[in-house]
Amino acid sequence: MAAKPKLWYFCGRGRMESIRWLLAAAGVEFEEEFIETREHYEKLKKDGCLLFGQVPLVEIDGMMLTQTRAILSYLAAKYNLYGKDLKERVRIDMYTDGILDLMLMIALAAFQPPGEKEEKDAAIVKKAQARYFPVFEKILKDHGEDFLVGNKFSWADVQLLEAILMVEELDAPVLSDFPLLKAFKTRISNIPTIKKFLQPGSQRKPPPDSRYVEVVRTVLQF
Amino acid sequence: MAGKPVLHYFNARGRMESIRWLLAAAGVEFEEKFIESPDDLDKLKNDGSLMFQQVPMVEIDGMKLVQSRAILNYIATKYNLYGKDMKERVLIDMYAEGIADLLEMIMILPLCPADQKDAKLALIKDRSTNRYLPAFEKVLKSHGQDYLVGNKLSRVDIHLTELLYYVEEVDSSLLANFPLLKALKTKISNLPNVKKFLQPGSQRKPPPDPKKIEEVRKMFKF
Repeated sequence: MAAKPKLWYFCGRGRMESIRWLLAAAGVEFEEEFIETREHYEKLKKDGCLLFGQVPLVEIDGMMLTQTRAILSYLAAKYNLYGKDLKERVRIDMYTDGILDLMLMIALAAFQPPGEKEEKDAAIVKKAQARYFPVFEKILKDHGEDFLVGNKFSWADVQLLEAILMVEELDAPVLSDFPLLKAFKTRISNIPTIKKFLQPGSQRKPPPDSRYVEVVRTVLQF
Repeated sequence: MAGKPVLHYFNARGRMESIRWLLAAAGVEFEEKFIESPDDLDKLKNDGSLMFQQVPMVEIDGMKLVQSRAILNYIATKYNLYGKDMKERVLIDMYAEGIADLLEMIMILPLCPADQKDAKLALIKDRSTNRYLPAFEKVLKSHGQDYLVGNKLSRVDIHLTELLYYVEEVDSSLLANFPLLKALKTKISNLPNVKKFLQPGSQRKPPPDPKKIEEVRKMFKF
């Protein structure tokens, strides 16, 4: 019987949050070990767990996996959230890759100097509304289905919901011009595994605060 | 009978070059349409050809694919260069992501401000020597096989070979202490399709030319 997947990361969102979302959406229980000191990080490196000396690290199926996208693709395939064929998969890849670009901007914005953060946040919201959300609104409009790809729940739906919620934290009415995305948000949030993950007390992490930034800076020394 | 894939990008390496390498290695002939002015790019945007208003874009099998990772994943799967199962695939993905990270650093070097260039170059050399090259040398040493994954040619052998050429362009001494990587580079370079691609007159693009970059930046305003 396989053990639960185990996640090593800081106690915060960063690059691990999308992985937590996908595991949660798939109904997979997982354990977490939080990195809070430089010593802990150095030990992981020394133990040879980190292929390129970096986290996220996920132990699953006897493997020590790093590189966020590699991990996400593996999980999507393992839990049947990657479409039914190559053509559906490439669409899921295109959508998730675009969304991950947006989410990386948000993750990095936390590390901007305090004066610049507001400006950065505004730029992110603008980009979300001009470049990303219209694309997904149109996709939903064109096929009229409940899910982004293949009329079936996939990684792309999880990724988009995560992004929508994160951008809404920066600017609550960001979906005001996107009625189908609003409906999508409600619909996907009500999927039982996701609903559970959205409850307080789940392993979902809060937005980055100054303490989180401090820990990451100290551990990674930048 | 499907037409040849058509690649839409600038007449430069950038984010399209890995795609050119992979298609070439797979023995797939492709056409290129170069973006030479802001009008060319606007036309593609206005056509609705660019999902997120960005290139690379590849027309293949009746689709207009964007996001270089999605494109590479599709090509690798289609041409059987993605391992034999999920476990091989995740290894390929992990390695490919690391390669992409270093490739990105090298790719954007010509675009960074003059006063940052020395520091960025030093970082590239440091990352190559201390993070990425040792990791891949170790993989090859651990199994003693000719290819990185599954004892068979896969996309990641192509990506790594491409990277090693660029590392050499940065500083030819960087490969000195990595005999297995040098051997892989030689072996892959001698595969007929790759050998052909390495000849003058192929669709392989030359190193970035600072003067040309300056012109492109002025024209496209970035």
